[in-house]
Amino acid sequence: MSDQPTAAERFLNGILPENPVYRQLLGMCPTLAVTNGMKPAITMAGATAFVLIMSNIIVSLIRGLLKPHLRILVFTLTIATFVTIADRFLAAYMYDMSKQLGPYVPLIIVNCLIISRAEICASKQSLGTAVADAVGMSLGFALALASIATVREILGSGTWFGINVLGTGWPAWGIMVLPPGAFLTLGLLLGGAEWFGKRRSSRAQTG
Amino acid sequence: METVSSLILIFIGAALINNFVLHYFVGICPFLGVSRKIETAFGMGLAVTFVITIASILSWAFTYYILRPGAPLPVWVWQVMGGAEGATVDLSVLSYIMYIFVIASSVQFVEMYVRKFQPKLYTSFGVFLPLITTNCAILFACLEIMKHLQDPTRLWGLHEALALAIGGGIGFTIAISLMAGIREELDLADVPAALKGAGIALIVAGIMAMAFMGFTGVDRGVEQALAALIGR
Repeated sequence: MSDQPTAAERFLNGILPENPVYRQLLGMCPTLAVTNGMKPAITMAGATAFVLIMSNIIVSLIRGLLKPHLRILVFTLTIATFVTIADRFLAAYMYDMSKQLGPYVPLIIVNCLIISRAEICASKQSLGTAVADAVGMSLGFALALASIATVREILGSGTWFGINVLGTGWPAWGIMVLPPGAFLTLGLLLGGAEWFGKRRSSRAQTG
Repeated sequence: METVSSLILIFIGAALINNFVLHYFVGICPFLGVSRKIETAFGMGLAVTFVITIASILSWAFTYYILRPGAPLPVWVWQVMGGAEGATVDLSVLSYIMYIFVIASSVQFVEMYVRKFQPKLYTSFGVFLPLITTNCAILFACLEIMKHLQDPTRLWGLHEALALAIGGGIGFTIAISLMAGIREELDLADVPAALKGAGIALIVAGIMAMAFMGFTGVDRGVEQALAALIGR
């Protein structure tokens, strides 16, 4: 398969050029729901990365056995298995965080990012490429979650990772840690990313 | 009467106060993807409500009889197999796999039924039905129901699960139809180029979420009104 991207390309694509959140608009539920602070956002990114990497490995290993009409079911069951493992792990070792993330850990099962990587990359390419792709996509996802969480936590409670950065006089913008803040922040950041990307491509054309 | 008012409260809570889309952020994909025209958005809302109801009934039954801690069926199987008396079996670790199975197969069955017996409805649902499998709103409803089946002293019955599911589905329909209405008008507005598409849709959703925050406390008012009605 010479027309498929190589491992290095897959890895780099995931971080910025095909960033799952900003470019492909995948995995929006966790992006909006857990970004009211850096800690839940990073935990979520870690859990998603674990599930994505493991499911890409398994799907890539069994790609010769997949039947076209059953493949989506196989992907979903693989993902559900690893999500159960991640969920039990969080409940055992990070109980408070697991309580705070609540239903969003099991909701990783229906995160379109993971199933789309299984479909686009892992079911067609070899193990090394699939792992590189999963790591790149996970980094891109973590980057996106971290950027949104940074804006929301700093504006919403004046802290970053729980450390006070804006001083005690900051009137916390409560709305930023509530649901509307998530929509507004992501909308504006998406606009910013779009504007930045357009400006760079037009400059590349003229210059 | 107690149960009726608690059902109404669960319903209002799921539909308005803790709207699935605007409060819990589930079902964002169709909310952003299929909200360009009111008719398709409403169709999507109905399809989701339909599937959520069926999937919730099934997952309630599975959770109540098999998956929850202290469920009757595994214990019975255990004793028939010759296991010790009084053992408890907790299969909740299988819940997620079970739910995704239930959702995928109920979507499949609904699709077959609608295609066979309601061809008109089928053409109007179009591609939405298979897409619903990966709609987080449905899994979320199952998970909420599961949460209320963990404590053996206060178990949710099927009617409560149904109130949550139908409320959530109707809340989703309301949100996505409102969004489609706004976006139809938005096509005529002068939006900055960078924000066109998803950006402005998310900002509109943010403002809608603020408006829906105004429903906080409606449940208490309804509760008082119901209590007054019953008291009279």
